[in-house]
Amino acid sequence: MSGVELPMWAAVPAALLLIASGLLTAIGSLGLLRLPSFQARMHGPSMGATLGCGCMLFASMFVSSAIAGRPVLHEFLITVFVVMTAPATAMLLMRASIYRARNKAGSAGGEVVQR
Amino acid sequence: MTLLDYAAWFASGCFGLAMLFATWRVIRGPAAQDRVLGLDTLYVNGMLMLLALGIRSGSGFYFEIALLIALFGFVGSVALAKFLLRGEVIEP
Repeated sequence: MSGVELPMWAAVPAALLLIASGLLTAIGSLGLLRLPSFQARMHGPSMGATLGCGCMLFASMFVSSAIAGRPVLHEFLITVFVVMTAPATAMLLMRASIYRARNKAGSAGGEVVQR
Repeated sequence: MTLLDYAAWFASGCFGLAMLFATWRVIRGPAAQDRVLGLDTLYVNGMLMLLALGIRSGSGFYFEIALLIALFGFVGSVALAKFLLRGEVIEP
């Protein structure tokens, strides 16, 4: 922000959104660190990937619109991309986790796992 | 230092802390899928950190880097998850 003074209508919401985004992402990653099992740990980072990402991109939109003097909306690209890809990653990881747990149980119990 | 500078520094600190947590999960994770999840979180947090840096400096160049990080993070996470699921990434 070197030298450029933003108007209040952009600076205050952007600052609030930035603080919210940082707190939400940190709490989500703390969940990744502290929760007991993998199935529980899946939930933590999705908070940062949805709410944290959304707040940050809205803050970025406010700031770049105020700097450019016109509505700048290209941050929606990242929002759309993250919203599209986060469920795909989560689903694949969950399936991998279930598959590996079943495989391990099958080899420990001595029975053949059908897949 | 304006209000926005303080907020952006605070957000950067929070993202750095979150990246540390994710790195700890990558290093220590008991199973392989925990490590992949930690890597995915690390990518998302790094992307948010770059956007905070872009707000702090007021330039638009960081947006493209953040977009590329989101893209490659998704590709890497899906490839790793697919490898865990099937044993190979690209199936014949």
